[in-house]
Amino acid sequence: MIRLEARTAPSQLMGVLSPLLAFATTMLVAGAIFAALGKDPLQGLQVFVLEPFNGLRALSELGLKSTPLILCALGLALSYRSNVWNIGAEGQFLMGAIAGGGLALWVTTAELAIPKLAFFPLLVVAGALGGAAWASIVALLRDRFNANEILVSLMLVYIANLLLSWLVFGPWKDPNGFNFPQTVSFAANTEVPRLIPGMRLGWGLPVALLAALAMWLFMFRTYRGMQLQVGGPAPLAARYAGFSSRAAIWTTLLVSGGLAGVAGAFEVAGPMGQLTPHVSSGYGFTAIIVAFVGRLHPLGTILASLVLSTFLIGGELAQSRLGLPSALTGIFQGVLLLALLACDTLVQYRPRWSRSS
Amino acid sequence: MNHRTFLKQLALGALVAAAGLTACSKKEAPPPAPTPVAAPAPAKPAPLKAAFIYVGPVGDAGYSFAHDEGRKFAAAQLGDKVVTTYVEKVAEGPDAERVIRDLATQGNKIIFATSFGFGDSMVKVAKDFPDVYFEHATGYKTAPNLRVYEARFHEGAYLAGIVAGKMTRTNTLGFVASFPIPEVLRNIDAYTLGAQSVNPKVKTKVVWVGAWFDPPKETEAAKSLINGGADVLLQNTDSTAVLQEAERSKKYAFGWDSDMSAFAPKAHLGSVALNWGGYYVKAINDVLDHTWKTGETKWGVKEGMTDLVKVADFVPADVKAKVDAARQGLKDGTLAVFTGPVVDNTGKVQLAKGVVADDKWLGSVNFYVKGVEGKVPAGK
Repeated sequence: MIRLEARTAPSQLMGVLSPLLAFATTMLVAGAIFAALGKDPLQGLQVFVLEPFNGLRALSELGLKSTPLILCALGLALSYRSNVWNIGAEGQFLMGAIAGGGLALWVTTAELAIPKLAFFPLLVVAGALGGAAWASIVALLRDRFNANEILVSLMLVYIANLLLSWLVFGPWKDPNGFNFPQTVSFAANTEVPRLIPGMRLGWGLPVALLAALAMWLFMFRTYRGMQLQVGGPAPLAARYAGFSSRAAIWTTLLVSGGLAGVAGAFEVAGPMGQLTPHVSSGYGFTAIIVAFVGRLHPLGTILASLVLSTFLIGGELAQSRLGLPSALTGIFQGVLLLALLACDTLVQYRPRWSRSS
Repeated sequence: MNHRTFLKQLALGALVAAAGLTACSKKEAPPPAPTPVAAPAPAKPAPLKAAFIYVGPVGDAGYSFAHDEGRKFAAAQLGDKVVTTYVEKVAEGPDAERVIRDLATQGNKIIFATSFGFGDSMVKVAKDFPDVYFEHATGYKTAPNLRVYEARFHEGAYLAGIVAGKMTRTNTLGFVASFPIPEVLRNIDAYTLGAQSVNPKVKTKVVWVGAWFDPPKETEAAKSLINGGADVLLQNTDSTAVLQEAERSKKYAFGWDSDMSAFAPKAHLGSVALNWGGYYVKAINDVLDHTWKTGETKWGVKEGMTDLVKVADFVPADVKAKVDAARQGLKDGTLAVFTGPVVDNTGKVQLAKGVVADDKWLGSVNFYVKGVEGKVPAGK
């Protein structure tokens, strides 16, 4: 029988190395899977892990895919550190998309000649308000009625989804779209400005990186950030110190909702250019994995977003280049998470084999 | 198992894995370059690269499965003239553009995007790759190097309706529908018209699920139709859920997209199948022969792109004869599914007497024919 015994002094170094170790394990398993599928493991890994970085366009696509993940995961990292379990970033993302998309749609149909650079800040504000407003429902119910925020935030995802469907099937539907559920294509001046001409990566990425920097400063360099985080691991101590848990609920939910909302607005006014029922491919949920793989740290979030985006894009490339099944992406994500959990556990605990009595 | 043996096995496992890895990585070392032959044989042209993207997983049945069968058919027919690849489970939206662009960059000369939602991505990428040919299924936007193709699916639905009209005991048919677009409305109407051609008392109930593939919702919809008295179901969704629910409830139903007889041996009356293979061969040949031109292709029973297949053995011979007669009529052009008078369920004449519907009319169907219950949702 295996028993886990807490290590008296868990290695700090290994704590930091654990994600890298998990990544290495994943690569080993991946190589074995490639071999089992009759492909050259090195070639497989090359396509899966390196090809997504190959060339300017590939990097642009990687950045584009990472942007919503970074934004959503940053807010979640703050929430989880503060013991507020917001798992509804997907819904907040959708509400940001509806708010940002609605604004773009209005500018489009009213044919407002607002310059691109002036529209961008408005878009950010609309997205943030949309997401924060949705998260504020969670905060209100938790604050007033002590409703479980896990349940409420998750349920609100489905409501946001239905609201989006209702809009694109009904009032916002393109009258010339053959009854298909989608809005008209947004006017060019509503588009998120691009970083490199001809590539899809836009200003969303710099905004996400700035947000990560701001989050780092807030978490580790402000009194308020420290207050929030004390409430996470030690709620009683926080109360004793006079730190308000109400403030923690409201701050974290509004911030994480707002960031997810901005991500949604960037997505619809960026690569999509219209609203359809399929705005998100699960960014809000993938961001939960990103937040944990990134150790709930703003910089870790950036790295973890890159890793998961690499897997997502690498999965497509493995299909078209090597004829491998699309399920590989899911498998690799799962292995990575499992390996990370295993590494973390083994850093904290020592396994002991003992004869069962 | 004690400590030591466990460790031993662990170590052994690790060793085997490592050995496997090194063995395989060695394989990669300089592939024996084909020794250049002194006098190269009359150069055989490099095979044309063709790529397909699917919205769903290929799986064992359904819409993307039917397209993949078509791809395999084309690959088999054209032999070493073509190399095909596919990418499955591509989300309709920003992801599609990246996949399509990458396929074009990879040297694919013809790219088939097999779902409506890929349309705008195809338009954007087609603009940047003028020497690549783009084919979009069920779409409507074309460009000099982008054309669209679709099946006259409603002809298959009409044939299914003939069987349904004869097999129903309650004179009530059920239809599980996805999105209220002209294509789906045509199928509902054609199913009903087919049934009415052999049984004027038939009416059809419709339930919308708002998805192409959502087995739990499709099952719910099938249940509610059955509870409402429907005893022969058809669906314009892509899973086998409706068929399987009919099997459980001892009712009848049809397969859709591909042969689904294996999923419900007792309930399965036939499958309205799509056969894209013929078109894929033609499209790839157009590129090989340099005769590719933009346009729209709509193929039906006549060209074999859709048909009612695997009609169940227990369906009476006279019913099968009626299906065969209708199929023959569709083939030789003496029968058209939508021939006036076509009256909608509010009593309005949508197609005047004696007029045969043209593609423009078919492309804008937004009503239920007489006999279908309810109102088309949210049409503006």
